[in-house]
Amino acid sequence: MRVALFVPCYIDQFYPQVAVASLELLEKLGCEVIVPTDQTCCGQPMANSGFASSTEGCDANFTQNFEGFDYIVGPSGSCVLHLKEHHPSEKIRNSVYEICEFLTDVLKVSALSATFPHRVGLHQSCHGQRGLRLSSMSERNEKPYSKLEDLLSLVNGVEVVMPEREDECCGFGGTFCVTEEAVSVKMGQDRIKEHAANAVDYIVGADTSCLMHMEGILRRQGSKVQVKHIVEILNHA
Amino acid sequence: MLSHSEASENFIADAERTDWHDETLWFVRAKRDKASKVLPEWEALREHASQVKDHTLANLGEYLVAFEAKANANGIHVHWAADAAEHNAIVHKIIADQGSKILVKSKSMLTEECHLNDYLAEKGIEVVDTDLGERIVQFRNEAPSHIVLPAIHLKKEDVGETFHKHLGTPKGNKDPQFLTEAARQHLRGHFLASEVAITGVNFAIAETGEFVVCTNEGNADMGAHLAKVHIACMGIEKIIPKRADLAVFLRLLARSATGQLITTYSSHFHKPREGQEMHIVLLDNGRTRQLADPKYKNSLKCIRCAACFNTCPVYRRSGGHSYHQPVAGPIGSILAPNIDKKANADLPFASTLCGSCSNVCPVKINIHEQLWFWRQDLMAAGLAPIGKSIGMKLMAYTLAHPAIYRLGGSLLRRFSGLLNSGLNPWYKQREMPQAPKESFQEWYKKR
Repeated sequence: MRVALFVPCYIDQFYPQVAVASLELLEKLGCEVIVPTDQTCCGQPMANSGFASSTEGCDANFTQNFEGFDYIVGPSGSCVLHLKEHHPSEKIRNSVYEICEFLTDVLKVSALSATFPHRVGLHQSCHGQRGLRLSSMSERNEKPYSKLEDLLSLVNGVEVVMPEREDECCGFGGTFCVTEEAVSVKMGQDRIKEHAANAVDYIVGADTSCLMHMEGILRRQGSKVQVKHIVEILNHA
Repeated sequence: MLSHSEASENFIADAERTDWHDETLWFVRAKRDKASKVLPEWEALREHASQVKDHTLANLGEYLVAFEAKANANGIHVHWAADAAEHNAIVHKIIADQGSKILVKSKSMLTEECHLNDYLAEKGIEVVDTDLGERIVQFRNEAPSHIVLPAIHLKKEDVGETFHKHLGTPKGNKDPQFLTEAARQHLRGHFLASEVAITGVNFAIAETGEFVVCTNEGNADMGAHLAKVHIACMGIEKIIPKRADLAVFLRLLARSATGQLITTYSSHFHKPREGQEMHIVLLDNGRTRQLADPKYKNSLKCIRCAACFNTCPVYRRSGGHSYHQPVAGPIGSILAPNIDKKANADLPFASTLCGSCSNVCPVKINIHEQLWFWRQDLMAAGLAPIGKSIGMKLMAYTLAHPAIYRLGGSLLRRFSGLLNSGLNPWYKQREMPQAPKESFQEWYKKR
């Protein structure tokens, strides 16, 4: 299967290991992975700040890089949700997948050769969870399910624990993290406290932006808890 | 006036109180979860209620006129107010004709929206709020911080202090039962003496011309049953077509608001009792403008349960007053810009767009999507701080040009240490991400 890898800008610049893991994992699973090299960003930082009217150039660049593909896969629920909801091209909107969604719904992965012998706390990123419906949510009266937990259950040795409030937002929120700095940090601290109470080694999620925010707080606190994107675990030998 | 982010920073400075506020409201959210999850038909109820409201809004004019005709036939005086000023003038005239200088009022966010208390005070008329939480904040000269739990920002110690000052309870007494009894005795005198009672309206039924007022304290009934004149104030969106619809809304309202199975008192007012005058004031105040915009029309479905407040991780950690509007929280943030864009331009940004609000909403208002739309409209109206507009344009230009993006990215990584500065709000309480030597694209080229 021919897949275009969408690498969100901040992952490209600050978390390349997440993109490497995505690439390797998709290849392991038999995909032919193409990385369009002139890709930049999905446009969400501007749009969520109220400047959707300024994303024309960014959107056109995305279209140029990706319109030839039936499967565009990215390791970020938030960026993918933005594309699905707001990208002007219908072809792009219908072809873009968050990577866990792609592994579960398209590749229908039922086995992985991954090992990760650690205790991990799962962070449900809101846009992946409520936006892309990667898992059920506590607000609704619905049958519980979780694509992330299903995938993690295929990894040897990993122990997954949920925080007490299992799907509360971490407070990243794009530019919210700086424009509403006090609330953003407080939300992040509160999330971390619940994971730390579970004595986890890692906080794991499908959105690097949430993880970047929590990592910033963890490192400032001098905590031993680390963060990892779920693909880094699914790809872990 | 402080912006939401400034006021929140002040609120959070008291970390212990913030945690208490967050946990108290989370407790209410958890009660709501429990009460909603025992009903297998919960999601179907939400859908049903949403459709009833959609239908009503699509035919609002007809239902309002039908309601007016029935209410008139029942002997209720119906008044129409285009805005807050008209509303207040109508209410004042009714009171002035009656000659009262003091009256009782049960909870009504609409009268908060119109700043009725202040208006009447200027005319020499004192309003005694009879909802316990509202009376507490009224004593303190504060606004309610929550539409269902108006004094939720206060602890029992604060209430003890307030009652000591205003009701003469013993200093240091913070026993909730004792303080409630003191309020009960204090309010009883006002109920007995007041000749005018104002109430809000939760639902008005077009089919019958009746209206329904929900309280847990029975204070609306105490006021309305004892007074010679009952004035009910309602927004035009409170109308529902039939009595049969009411059952759906009453079930959703109580479970969503507090996790109760039903509100303690759901009182139906059909017609004035012998010798009583009953008035209802129907207020627009920007609602028809909201109705005319397909992006925001849906917000008029709101039944003011405040489930979106209780679930909102931002509200729980910033407190209601940080929203500087009578209706705070996520729903307030999509209603307020319709009244005044400039004054409320910060509110749609007081959210991470996590979407929890839209999913607890018993009438399925797409709150987080409307927050997003308001962001666009407010920025298009030129209400961005100048630095933000320039920053966004620069970012948009960079991300539209791959070569500039690559150059910018490598400079950012090389000099990322410069961002470890007090001028960077991220860095205040968080470390910056550690910049790798190579971007993914650089690594990929060499692969």
